[in-house]
Amino acid sequence: MAKLNMVQALNLALDQEMKRDDRVLILGEDVGVDGGVFRVTDGLHEKYGGDRVIDTPLAEAAIIGSAIGMALAGLRPVAEIQFSGFSYLISAQLECHASRYRSRSQGVWTVPLVVRMPYGGGVRALEHHSESREATFAHFPGVKVVIPSSPRNARALLVAAIRDPDPVIFMEPIRSYRAFREEVPDEEEVMEIGKAQVVQEGKDLTVIAWGAMMRPTLQAATEVQEARGAGVEVIDLLTISPLDIGTIVGSVARTGRCVVVQEAPRSFGVAAEIIALINDRTLLALEAPVRRVTNYDVVTPYFGRELLYLPDAQRIREAVEGTLAY
Amino acid sequence: MPLKEIERFSISHLQVLDEKGNLDRDLEPDLSKEQLLRVYRTMLLAREADQRMLKLQRQGRLGTFAPCTGQEAAVCGPTLAMSPRDWFVGSFRELGGRLMRGESVAQALLFYNGYEEGNSLPASARTLPIAIPVGSQIPHAVGIGYAVKYRGEKDTAVVVFFGDGATSEGDFHEALNFASVWQAPVVFICQNNHWAISVPRSKQSQSRTLAQKAVAYDMPGMQVDGNDVLAMYRATREGLDRAYAGKGPTFIEAVTYRLMMHTTADDPNKYRAEGEVKAWWERDPIARFRRYLEKKGLWSETLQAALDEEIRTQVEAAVKELEGRTGFKPDAPFDHVFGTRHQGIEEERGEFLASLEGRKGAGHG
Repeated sequence: MAKLNMVQALNLALDQEMKRDDRVLILGEDVGVDGGVFRVTDGLHEKYGGDRVIDTPLAEAAIIGSAIGMALAGLRPVAEIQFSGFSYLISAQLECHASRYRSRSQGVWTVPLVVRMPYGGGVRALEHHSESREATFAHFPGVKVVIPSSPRNARALLVAAIRDPDPVIFMEPIRSYRAFREEVPDEEEVMEIGKAQVVQEGKDLTVIAWGAMMRPTLQAATEVQEARGAGVEVIDLLTISPLDIGTIVGSVARTGRCVVVQEAPRSFGVAAEIIALINDRTLLALEAPVRRVTNYDVVTPYFGRELLYLPDAQRIREAVEGTLAY
Repeated sequence: MPLKEIERFSISHLQVLDEKGNLDRDLEPDLSKEQLLRVYRTMLLAREADQRMLKLQRQGRLGTFAPCTGQEAAVCGPTLAMSPRDWFVGSFRELGGRLMRGESVAQALLFYNGYEEGNSLPASARTLPIAIPVGSQIPHAVGIGYAVKYRGEKDTAVVVFFGDGATSEGDFHEALNFASVWQAPVVFICQNNHWAISVPRSKQSQSRTLAQKAVAYDMPGMQVDGNDVLAMYRATREGLDRAYAGKGPTFIEAVTYRLMMHTTADDPNKYRAEGEVKAWWERDPIARFRRYLEKKGLWSETLQAALDEEIRTQVEAAVKELEGRTGFKPDAPFDHVFGTRHQGIEEERGEFLASLEGRKGAGHG
């Protein structure tokens, strides 16, 4: 057991999976000698060699296109897209092929592929380095979308993604990469994809969040509890697609009130999907309308203004208090 | 300082058997009678299936399809050179090649009749399903090539097919670059059939040959008479041997012609001259190969008549098999979203099946 940040925890997952299974290999831009721009693959090139930790030419679509071929041929590629802002180039390969080989061939061909990509704001980065576009990928049937929030769950979910039989988009919140450390067991730990986690129980209201939004959400929940004595249940979604219907609906059916926190722009997002799910399954249990705390429907502002736009503990707390008082 | 030439490139053209039936004996591949007749039979079968499918489509008994008539040699020649260990990565106009890899005509018909069940051979056949978005399958071939090399599989390579239009796609260039950097065992076969739907080769690229695209990626590029099955076999054989020997990828431009429409959804009379099509019928790859077989004493009118009859019967039986087939599982798409079970998908399946109740025939094929 060691206290690791998320970068180190992801590195541990990759290292252990590569040691365990020689079908696992890493490819992407600067993932080799340089160890990745965020150092997630640090040391692996040295340890496993350039054939297993591949510094590819600079072409996102071919990184995923060739990784699909590797997966079809029985390998377990873990591809890195350096920033999610450059991931739109891989959309065709994901939508047209990675997500479809299983269905197209009635199960004969499958694409066990992990696409890792850092995402999200709050680190004063250049344009295209701060977006949160999980909803885009979640709309592709046949693709799983996973977003960890802490070192420990990042490690356990990455292991699960590598072993998963399907293409998994693994989005890593840049803001949480080095924000805090957590005990991460040395021995193998695997979490189930498709399962959300109730990280804090409460009877009065459910807050649902994921990725970098977990920390301001937990802070807001604590503040509300301390100020008003209200029991706030907090769900860490962890898997965006497929959604964990049972955990979401079960919790909201009990508390009757819900707030969804989403770093992405408001419209057509994951929060809207969760609210639709709640409406379908447990509308009559609601004591108040479900509220969303989100970014705004604007083009991601440069970092001079970004903190004004990202949901923070204050906005989450106001939404929680408003929903409790409704 | 004077300018100094630092590199020089050239592109060769390969032909073994010309349109008049003249043979270059030095280049003639060493093929057995069995191999020659196998490839001839498949070319004829693909042609017959194509023409039968066209009629079926016009009668509303088949969906849209992309005819392969005229391009049989450009696909069957390379496939003849492949071993079962080699991977076949196609796009959507390689019926003859797929038949040689073990697909049945009935299966092809099933695909064009709208069922995924018609789009896959067993994995052991190492033949990927039809891929429709132009050029998008080329990087898959490179990744498979990487896997072959990574695992140290002996005498194994990948052959990938695409058209002249695909050479304008980013996927094509990225894939060639990756294959070159990785020295992946891949043979790229560009079927230059002169037309990307209505856009002629001349509007697709100013490159004087498509083979020269290989120069930029420092791999051998050769132009081949794509209507000469012997030349296509020979060029592919060389590419495969290079790949087996660890010498990396090869690029082949097969100069051929799409004698029919792009798919049954367009009318070529709108965009190309009849004279051009007629001129290419004169270069029919099947007629040329038949003359070669006759000269070798391997073929005759009698044998041809018998084979024509046999193939007609085979295609007719496939049509019967297709049209007699029922019992398609309506909810099969729910089986193949993921390799793991999920509540949401299963609930939607239940909802879908309930919606079919009392709807006789709907979705039941």
